[in-house]
Amino acid sequence: MIENRPGLTFFCHAFLVASIAVIAFPLYIAFVASTHTAERMFEIPIPLLPGGELLHNYATVLTQGVAGASTAPVGRMMFNSLVMALTIAFGKIAISILSAFAIVYFRFPLKYFFFWMIFITLMLPVEVRILPTYKVVADLGLLDTYAGLTVPLIASATATFLFRQFFLTIPDELMEAARIDGASALRFFWDIVLPLSKTNIAALFVILFIYGWNQYLWPLLVTTQEDMYTVVIGIKRMIPGGDASVDWNLVMATAMLALAPPALVVLAMQRWFVKGLVDTEK
Amino acid sequence: MEKRTQFPVGWLPYALVAPQLAITIVFFIWPAAQALWQSMLVQDAFGINTEFVWFENFGVLFADETYVESFRVTALFSVLVASFALSIALVLAACCDHILRGAKAYQTLIIWPYAVAPAIAAVLWAFMFNPTVGIVAYGLKSIGYDWNHQLNGGQAMTLVVISSLFKQIPYNFLFFLAGLQSIPKSLIEAAAIDGAGPVKRFVTIDFPLLSPTSFFLLVVNLVYAFFDTFGIIDAATQGGPSRSTTTLVYKVFHDGFKGLDLGGSAAQSVILMTIVISLTVVQFRYIERKVQY
Repeated sequence: MIENRPGLTFFCHAFLVASIAVIAFPLYIAFVASTHTAERMFEIPIPLLPGGELLHNYATVLTQGVAGASTAPVGRMMFNSLVMALTIAFGKIAISILSAFAIVYFRFPLKYFFFWMIFITLMLPVEVRILPTYKVVADLGLLDTYAGLTVPLIASATATFLFRQFFLTIPDELMEAARIDGASALRFFWDIVLPLSKTNIAALFVILFIYGWNQYLWPLLVTTQEDMYTVVIGIKRMIPGGDASVDWNLVMATAMLALAPPALVVLAMQRWFVKGLVDTEK
Repeated sequence: MEKRTQFPVGWLPYALVAPQLAITIVFFIWPAAQALWQSMLVQDAFGINTEFVWFENFGVLFADETYVESFRVTALFSVLVASFALSIALVLAACCDHILRGAKAYQTLIIWPYAVAPAIAAVLWAFMFNPTVGIVAYGLKSIGYDWNHQLNGGQAMTLVVISSLFKQIPYNFLFFLAGLQSIPKSLIEAAAIDGAGPVKRFVTIDFPLLSPTSFFLLVVNLVYAFFDTFGIIDAATQGGPSRSTTTLVYKVFHDGFKGLDLGGSAAQSVILMTIVISLTVVQFRYIERKVQY
C-alpha cells in the first residue's frame, strides 16, 4: 500500500463483501429450498432459513429422481456426468500431449499441415456445426453411448498449443543427453517429458473437468434415453413449462448436487485452476 | 517452433498425431464441410429431392424477419454481457488489489461461480425470479414492481444477462487481478510521490496498462456471449417470450432440430462459422502484437 486511506480501504471491503453476498445469495436460497417439503415451497414467501428435510430430499433425488419428471435418478445422472467429465479431461490431455510431442520433437513431412488442421478446430465450436456433427454420430451408431457423448469433444487445439508451448521451454540438452544415453523417443517421453509436465497436466485437468461436467448442448442432442442423461441436462427436464407441478425442493437439491463436484474441484485445486485458466487462454 | 535436434523420423510421429487428427477430421472438418455444402441445397418436404441452389438459402435467411431479429437480440445481449461483466470485474479486481487483508479469501469467494454449469446458473436465477415462488420476484412485487419474465421480453433478457454475468465476472476478475498485480509498484509509487491520488493513479496508470488485458477479455466475452450461453437461454427462457431472447445459436438449434430445416440451419451455421473465424483472427492478431512489446 502506498498511503493509508481508511475511507478507500473501507469502501473496497464493503464493495467486495456486498458483491460476494449477491453472488452467494442464489446458492443460499437454493440450499434453503432443498431442505424443505414441497408443500412449504408454495407458501409465499418461500422460507429464508433451512428446514429439516435435508437428508430426506437428497436421498429421494439421488435414488428415485423427481416424481413426474421423465429423468433417471440423480445418482445415475451424476454417474453419467462423472464418466463424461473424466473421459473428456483425460482423453483431451492424452491425445493433445501426444500430438504436441510429435510436433515439437520430430521433423516429418506434412507436419505443418497437421498443425494447421488442429488449429482449425479452434474455429469450429459444436454450436456452429450442430446438425452435421449429430448426423455423423448417428451414422456411426453412437447415439446414447458414452463414446458418442465424449469422443467428439475430445479433440482440442488449446490443450495441444499449451503442451507445445511448454515443450519448447524444456532445455534441448535434456533431449540430447537422453539420446546419447540411447533412449528412444517414447522412453524420453515417458521418463522425462511426462514427469516434467505434471503441473501443466494438473492445471489442464481442472479446466477440462469443469468443461466436461458442464456440457449442455452436446448431451442434449446425443442422449434420448433417460438413463444416459447427464445431470446438467436432466435438471431442465424437471422444470416443465407450467410451474404448478414443480417440486422446487427436489429440483434445488438436484441443482446443489449438480454444481457441487466442479465447485469442489475448483476450491480444492484453486492454484492449478488459476494457472490453467490463464495458460489455456494465452 | 522446432527443437535444435530431432528424433529420427519413422512411423512414430504419425502414430502420435493420429488420434487427434482422426477425431478432428471425423467430428470437426467433415461436419463443417457438410454444413458448407448443405447451405447451398434445398430439400423438399419429404427429403426425396435435393436441389443445388447456390446462395439462395442465405438470401431467404436475410429476408426472414425472425433471423434479422435474432441478430439484433444477439447484439444487444452480447453488448450488455460484455460491458457489465468487464466493468464490474474491473472494479472488483481493483478493490481486491488495493486491500492487504483477506484478498485471498475474497478471491476464492468470487471465483467459485465459474465452476457452475451455465444451465445450472440459469436454473438458480430463474428460481429466484420465478413469478410464483421466486424470492426476488416477491420482493419486487412488495415494492410495487410486477416481475414476470415468462411474459415480459425485457425482463427475460435481464434474467439471461444476469445469469450470464454470474458466470463470466469471476473469469474476468481473475485476469484483471493478474494484470493489476503485474504492474510494477515503482510506477504507482512515483505517481503517488507526484501527488496523484488513488483514483487518478487508477485512471492514468493502471487502466492504460490494462488495455491489452481488457481487449483480450472483450473478445473472449463476446465469444462467450455468442456461443457459450446456449445452456443459459435454453434453461431460463427457451428463447422466449416471443423470441425476445432467441440468439443466433439458439435459433440454429431450434430451426435444425425442432423445425428440421436442413438448408436454412446449415446456412445459419456457415454465418456463425464466419463470426467465430473473424473473432479468432482478431484475437490472434492481437496476441501477435503483444509478443512484440
